[in-house]
Amino acid sequence: MRTISAALSTIRLPRPRLVARLARSDRLAHLLAGVFGLLVVCVTGALAWQLWSNSLLPRQRFGWGFLFRQVWDPVAGEFGAAAFIYGTLVTSATALLVAVPCGVGVAIFLAELAPRRVSDLASALIDLLAAVPSVIYGLVGVSILVPVMRTWLQPALKSVTGGFFLFSGPAYGVGFLTAGLVLAIMVIPFIVSVGREVLLAVPREQREAALALGSTRWETTWRVVLPYARPGLYGAIFLALGRALGETMAVTMVIGNRPEIARSLFAPGYSMAAVIANEFTEATGDLYLQSLVEVGLVLFVLTMVINAVARLLIAATTRKGST
Amino acid sequence: MRFPRTTRRKIANVVMLGLTAVATLATVSVLFFILGYLVVKGGSSISWAFLTRLPKPVGESGGGMANAIVGSAKLLAIAAATGLPVGFMAGLYVSEFASKAMAGGVRYAADLLNGVPSIVIGIFVYTLLVLPMKHFSTLAGGVALGIMMIPIMARSTEEFLRAVPGSLREASLALGATRAVTIARVVVPAAMRGILTAAMLGLARVAGETAPLLFTALNNRFWSPGFNQPISSLPVMIYTYALSPYEDWLRQAWAAGLVLLALVLLANIGARLLLGGRLHSG
Repeated sequence: MRTISAALSTIRLPRPRLVARLARSDRLAHLLAGVFGLLVVCVTGALAWQLWSNSLLPRQRFGWGFLFRQVWDPVAGEFGAAAFIYGTLVTSATALLVAVPCGVGVAIFLAELAPRRVSDLASALIDLLAAVPSVIYGLVGVSILVPVMRTWLQPALKSVTGGFFLFSGPAYGVGFLTAGLVLAIMVIPFIVSVGREVLLAVPREQREAALALGSTRWETTWRVVLPYARPGLYGAIFLALGRALGETMAVTMVIGNRPEIARSLFAPGYSMAAVIANEFTEATGDLYLQSLVEVGLVLFVLTMVINAVARLLIAATTRKGST
Repeated sequence: MRFPRTTRRKIANVVMLGLTAVATLATVSVLFFILGYLVVKGGSSISWAFLTRLPKPVGESGGGMANAIVGSAKLLAIAAATGLPVGFMAGLYVSEFASKAMAGGVRYAADLLNGVPSIVIGIFVYTLLVLPMKHFSTLAGGVALGIMMIPIMARSTEEFLRAVPGSLREASLALGATRAVTIARVVVPAAMRGILTAAMLGLARVAGETAPLLFTALNNRFWSPGFNQPISSLPVMIYTYALSPYEDWLRQAWAAGLVLLALVLLANIGARLLLGGRLHSG
């Protein structure tokens, strides 16, 4: 009996209700997905809020001066981020000075010269370089680059430049220059992969016109292709800068960890990410801990701005190239 | 050459283009150098004991990193359980449901999150979970890694869903399927391979992260049962051992580095092969 009534109820199920139920499931699905979309916004917002609200003490105590004070004395309760901001900026700038010519060169080779298969293979390998964990760059940096810097590269630079202030002082091995070089290797893959895309987006006619006028391959690249792709290349560089600013482990392991502003690139220094990594678990007292959080806040704002600029530039070029 | 100027231009051409080739060769060789160096330094230290034993106290040689290997796996499991579904659903929302403004908002938030330095993610999770719970834990470490996965997953899910041809959706809708059914039965399955690959790449990326674990999962020289205690992980172990003055610890740091790098590179190469070069990083 029950099976018959069950069967009857299935048959009598009015179709409009079925459609309505499915339509409701459409709205349900929309709602469900929307909740997760909103969750992403909330996580990002919560991150910004937590950084802000957990750095209240040093902001009240030191104000904007926090950014310009060089003192970092946990015992006396005096904190300022100038030395760390300086270290982050100097190492990132060093990294870009090395990585930009090199990375753009590689991008030119892959986009303009190399046969398709070679280009694809090399790009894949360079992408793998981007996948190498930061701590492994640190490990290799500490055990290879630091001794090489101390015994060979730093003395050589010193004698060649003859006491130029950037390359003066004792060769410790660790320091701004070493950190900058490790960072350079780490960000080259980003410059290459975006740079290659941007160069490939330059219309063929541009190259053909230049070549038809008698330019060599290099002149075509240098005078026509690169200027055309310039905003996108700047985007690639800013993207790399964003990475370099926030890079933690590799820098922490080779920068020397001394909170001082030194003019020489050979000197040991400190970066924002490194000081957080080193001192966060040992920070005693709310002011100390919150000062470290404020360093994180500064880092967050800085990378946010740089990344926003990078996105705008890349979007502008790829749109121009595709039309 | 009759014209010196032409000669100069030709020389400049060859030299500059030659330099770009040298730069490429140098960059690619860094990868092989790092890999080769790790194999040479760490290969001999990988043994059964290394993979199955706990770390020995300072001064005693031997011991292994079994707890760090299991720890990394546990952290990744939490990361996958939290980051993957959130990222996937957010990507689905942006691609299939959201209005233009909402899509822009969610995408912007994801991009922002993607650009946040990993150490700052560590601070965030510290204030969110470690401070209220009053202790470091496996859970906090896993959530930190999970948060890093959200934007990676959201972005690639969106990309792969968008790549599904409109005709497939239209065919399904024309047969009377609702949008929810179309998405669940047609669109997502069509994009599944790409999405799974992206998940794999995301996991490989966070597997090597050290910074967000330093003050969430901390470290542990013993087994860490459950999810409520500090836990060891391969990257943190490498960091600790690499900066130690003990010969034996350094040796193990190289071995751990080799294990980690091999896993990460294999996952990446596997994902690439699975996808046949359709995925571009970035």
